[in-house]
Amino acid sequence: MTTQHPSAATTPATPPTSDDTPIVEFSDASVSRGGHTIWSHGNFSIPKGTVTAIVGTNGAGKTTLLTIELGLLPLSHGHVRVLGKPAGSINDRIGYVPQSYASDIDSNITAEQSVGLGLTGARFGFHRQSAQDKQKISDALGMAGIADKASLRLSEMSGGMRQRVAIAQALVADPDLLLLDEPLANLDLAGQRGLVDVLSQLNSTFGMSIQVVAHDINMLLPILTGAVYLLDGHPHYSPIANVMDSKLLTHLYGTKVEVIKTPQGDMFVRPDQEEEPAGRRQHLHTPKEAASFHAEPKGAAERSASAAGATENPESPESSGRQAH
Amino acid sequence: MTADLKFAFDPGWQEVLTAPFMVNALIAGVLISVAAGFIGYFTVARRSTFAAHALAHIGLPGATGAVLFGLPVSLGLGLFALGGALTIGALGKKASQREIATGTILAFAMGVGLFFSRLSSSAAEQMQSILFGSILTITQGQLLGFAIFDIVLLIVLAVTYRPLLFSSVDEQVAQAKGVPVAVMNVVFMAMLAGVITISVQAVGTLLIFALVVTPAAAANGIARSPFRAMIGAVVICLVSIWGGLLVSSMFPTPPSFVIVTISTLIWAVARAIESRKH
Repeated sequence: MTTQHPSAATTPATPPTSDDTPIVEFSDASVSRGGHTIWSHGNFSIPKGTVTAIVGTNGAGKTTLLTIELGLLPLSHGHVRVLGKPAGSINDRIGYVPQSYASDIDSNITAEQSVGLGLTGARFGFHRQSAQDKQKISDALGMAGIADKASLRLSEMSGGMRQRVAIAQALVADPDLLLLDEPLANLDLAGQRGLVDVLSQLNSTFGMSIQVVAHDINMLLPILTGAVYLLDGHPHYSPIANVMDSKLLTHLYGTKVEVIKTPQGDMFVRPDQEEEPAGRRQHLHTPKEAASFHAEPKGAAERSASAAGATENPESPESSGRQAH
Repeated sequence: MTADLKFAFDPGWQEVLTAPFMVNALIAGVLISVAAGFIGYFTVARRSTFAAHALAHIGLPGATGAVLFGLPVSLGLGLFALGGALTIGALGKKASQREIATGTILAFAMGVGLFFSRLSSSAAEQMQSILFGSILTITQGQLLGFAIFDIVLLIVLAVTYRPLLFSSVDEQVAQAKGVPVAVMNVVFMAMLAGVITISVQAVGTLLIFALVVTPAAAANGIARSPFRAMIGAVVICLVSIWGGLLVSSMFPTPPSFVIVTISTLIWAVARAIESRKH
C-alpha cells in the first residue's frame, strides 16, 4: 500500500462528465419490512463520480438503503434508479462489499479464487478461466493492495486482509458504483487510513462513484463529496459542506456534536463536551488515554497518527473524536 | 467363566474379499464416496453439517415405515430425507433458529421411527441395519440406483458449480451479483438428501456424519482449492470404506465401525497437520 498524504486525498473527485445521469436517483421512495416503515419520502439524486457517506443512527436503515439500490428489497412506494436503470437490473456494474466479509470462513478458498467468483461466480455451466479473466483478477488484487496475497487462503487472513479481498472481488468486474457497508468498523487506525487511500485512488483515478455506510465519518471526511443522512425517518442527500453543521449532526446522532475546523483546514466531528446535558454518560477519553488503547503495536499507532497529520495537531481527531459513540 | 469374546483373525479373508456380496460392497464404496465427497465440501462450506446429520435421522421413520408397508427401505428413507431437506431449506436463515428447528424435528423423527419399528417384527429386525448400516447386503439393483444418482449429481454439480460455490462462501454478495440463492439452497438440500439416502446404506443413520462431513472437513484443512478439497474428500471416503471392508473381512468387526474409525483418524491427522501450519 502506498502511503498517501491526506492532502493528496482531498483532491476533489473527477469533474462531472458530459453524461450527467445521476448514479442513483430516489423519487418518493419508501421502504417497509413486516408492515413497519423503515424510512419514507426519499427524494434525492447523487451525481456520478462522487464519494458519499451514508450516515444515521443504528437501525435508521443505512444497510437497507444499499439493499434497495441493489434491488434485493423492493420499495413499498416510489422509484429508485441506479445508473439510470431500475435498481437490480444493472448489478453487474455495481461492486458490493457487505459488512459480514469478516465472518469466519470454513472454506479453503484462496484470495485469488474468491476474487474470481466476483467475475464468474454467477455463471452456470462449464467455463474455463480465460487469460483475460486472470489478468482482471490480478489487477483487482493490485488495486486493493494485496497483489502479494493472491494465493493465501481467506481462513489464513486477518479481518483487514479479508476485507481487501472482498473489495478486490467487488472491483474485479470494473464497477461504476462501489457500495461498502461499514468498511471501517473492524479495522485499526492504520487499516482505516489504508482503506481510505484505496477509495481515494479508485475515485480520483477511475472516477468510480463510491457509497460508504459509516458510523463515524471523521476518517472519510478528506474524500467525501456528500452524504446521505437518514434523519427522522427520511433519507436526504447533501453536499458535504452542508452536512458539516453542528446542529444537523447533533440532531442526526441524537447527541451534542460539534464540527471543528483546524487552522490547517482539516475538519472533524466530535461530541461537544460543554453542551452535553448533565447526567449523560460520556465515552470521552483524553488523547493520552486513547493513545494507550493503541499501545500494543506502538510503532503502528505512531505511524498512523503521523499519517493522519496529527503531529501538527495536538488534539488529533483520532484521539478525541473517535470515541464519540 | 470366560466372556464369550470372539475376536480372531480370519485366515480365509482373501476369499471373503472376492465373494459376490463383497464385490458389491466395494463398488458401493466407490459410488458412495463420489457422492459424499463432493457434497461434503459444500455441506461444510455452507455450514449445513448439522442438517446433514439431521436428514439421516429424519429419514429413519421413512425407512421403518417403508418396511411396515413392504416398500423398499431406500424409497421411504429418500422420501423422508427429501421432505426434511426441503423443510429445513425453507426454514429461517439464522443459524440458531435453524439449529433448534432442525434438532426438534430430528428428535421427533427418531421417535416416530422407533414407533414404526415396534409395529412390525420385520421393521424391528431392520432397525439395527438402518441405524448402523449394512454395506455387506447391498444388491446389484441398489448399485444401479447409486450409479444413476451419482451421474445425476455430477451433472447438476457441473452445471451449478460456480453459483453454488459463490452462494456457499458469500451468500450476500452472490445474491447481489444475481445468483438465485434461494434456488441454490433448495438444489443443495435436495442433493444432500440424495447423498444421505445412499450413504445411510453403508454406515447407517447414526454414523452418517463420519462419511459425509468428516472426510470433507479433513480434506478442507489440507487442500488449497475447493475442487482439490472435493477430490480429497472422495479419496478419504473411499479409503475409509474400502479399509473398513478389508479389516472386517480379516477380523470379526462390523464394517461400519472400522469405516468411521478410519475416517475419524484421518480427520484427526489432518487437524494436527493444519494446526502445525498455523
